[in-house]
Amino acid sequence: MYNCIMVPVDLAHKDKLAKAIEVAADLAQLYTAALHFVGVTATPPSEVAHNPEEFAQLLARFAADEGARLGLDISAETVISHDPAVDLDNDLDREIHELGADLVVMASHVPHFREYVFASNAGYLASHTEVSVLVVR
Amino acid sequence: MTDQIDTDYELGQDNVQILGLDIHNPVFLISGLSIVAFVLLTLMFQDGATEFFGWLRPFLTSTFDWFFLLSANIFVVFCIFLMVSPLGKVVLGGPDAEPEYSYIGWFAMLFAAGMGIGLMFFGVAEPMSHFSSSMGGTTVEDGVRTDWAPLGAAAGDAIAARDLGMAATIFHWALHPWAIYAVVALALALFAYNFHLPLTLRSAFYPLFGERVWGWTGHIIDTLAVFATLFGLATSLGFGTEQALAGLNHLFGTPTGDVARVVLITVITAAALISVLRGLEGGVKVLSEINIALAALLMLFVILVGPTAAIFETLVAGGIAYAKELIPLSNPFGREDANFAQGWTSFYWAWWISWSPFVGMFIARVSRGRSVREFVFCVIVIPTMVTVLWMASFGGTAIDQVIADPEAPVKAAALELKLFEMLKDLPVAWLTSFLGIVLVIVFFVTSSDSGSLVIDTITAGGKTDAPVAQRVFWCTFEGLVAAALLLVGGSQALNALQAMAVSTGFPFTIVLLLMCVSVLIGLMRTRRAGR
Repeated sequence: MYNCIMVPVDLAHKDKLAKAIEVAADLAQLYTAALHFVGVTATPPSEVAHNPEEFAQLLARFAADEGARLGLDISAETVISHDPAVDLDNDLDREIHELGADLVVMASHVPHFREYVFASNAGYLASHTEVSVLVVR
Repeated sequence: MTDQIDTDYELGQDNVQILGLDIHNPVFLISGLSIVAFVLLTLMFQDGATEFFGWLRPFLTSTFDWFFLLSANIFVVFCIFLMVSPLGKVVLGGPDAEPEYSYIGWFAMLFAAGMGIGLMFFGVAEPMSHFSSSMGGTTVEDGVRTDWAPLGAAAGDAIAARDLGMAATIFHWALHPWAIYAVVALALALFAYNFHLPLTLRSAFYPLFGERVWGWTGHIIDTLAVFATLFGLATSLGFGTEQALAGLNHLFGTPTGDVARVVLITVITAAALISVLRGLEGGVKVLSEINIALAALLMLFVILVGPTAAIFETLVAGGIAYAKELIPLSNPFGREDANFAQGWTSFYWAWWISWSPFVGMFIARVSRGRSVREFVFCVIVIPTMVTVLWMASFGGTAIDQVIADPEAPVKAAALELKLFEMLKDLPVAWLTSFLGIVLVIVFFVTSSDSGSLVIDTITAGGKTDAPVAQRVFWCTFEGLVAAALLLVGGSQALNALQAMAVSTGFPFTIVLLLMCVSVLIGLMRTRRAGR
């Protein structure tokens, strides 16, 4: 059914990702699909990493650790964005096409105040990209 | 990764998350509340505020004129030193960092943020002013010069007055202001990209103050930067609205009352919000590129359709005069032309310096991957060349009109209308004037957007990926402050708070001098570590 599953990863909130990653791993095993973690970072220092190179290392390590835990081969893709606060959705959308992903599994939180004004990333992707998006709460 | 600077500080550790926002505690709250308090107090005690800030600003720029002039010279010399010394080889972001933006996109953003709007207003007005005062010669009362002419003036000699006027104008818009921006931008970029500290003003002081920058020392520096940026932007937006309305009225007879003011501020703020929501790439960068292209088009039109020969003569003679008079114009001590040195130069330096946290921070944000040499060259030398060309085209045309006809309308026109009067003498004036107004408005939109980005980054403790709702807040806040000042207090309140914003140039001059020391220490450490 699916060949390439992409999981957007927010390294600042790794604790909120467990369920989405498990779902993605189950689906990857079920369909023998490739599994990709995608992280987006800007060039200035962030709370996750001091620079994009360090971010890429952290993401690669996270993918390797999760892969070892789940018995899967997970690749890590770092996307460098000019302005992730705004461009995150578009950056993820572009990466979906670059990877040729046919399913996106992403964690989302329960909507609160801000989401009534600004769409959540998962909500935006689900309504704007043509591939299937599974939003895990 | 921070083997050069050993701090335990984690970016975002002082941030609080409320209502889906991610803000620095206490910089966000202190900045927001004190801005509201200042606006309210100014409006409640308007006469007192006008009197106080009306005294403070000239007091600072007259008493400490030598300090402003000397410091600005230090910044220029410092930048030139960096460009020619081996320290210039350091790449912002480390040896492997790649530039994020193409030259054109980068340069358009530098220029739009740095002085786009000012060039629109002063491109005609300032050369005219210096030309007229130079023509008027010197007047002395009780042994003190009372005229406003630069240096020794050029009484009655139109060509000499033109050249001196151009030299003085270029002086205020070329090497010195851009060196001021370059120092701040370089300090911020170096400590964020090479030393991995948060992208906020306080980080540039780590080599000097150590861990204290994460405490109140840093809070004060950051709050002051927010303060100067917001008031600088809001008062400029207020005045810009008045000027754009005057231009529209002049061209199309549109109204200029309170309703028109609110409509224009709302339009600019709404456009800025759209730009904010489109992000750095789709908003500021696109608008900056469009605006620079339009400005270039307007300049090309003036050069080709206007008095081409006179413009080139002004360009060459003005450029040579600038080179020749650069040292006397920047001399901080024993000036005979005190009115010019204090009322123009010292005021300009305070003004540029009060803008420098904003422009410097924005330049830093978009400059990763450039070497220090390339950075300084592009931030100082190229804008200088463009400024000379711009001033020669716009000022040269206006001066040419006045030399040909001493009663030319451009001479008597109000400051905000001089550009339009100059254009009126050329063909399709309605089109070029309309283009001029569009340029003014779009430059405001880009300033408002990039200003919100900068204030948000500072008040989010250096986080560049904080929720965009925060930028929306600052952008709206700026529009509201401008509208409140303009409607309740009129230009008196705007004047008072603009004087206050410019007054922050004084403490920031000290801050900038310290930054030079920090940059030097930082670059030497980076070179030693071979990064």
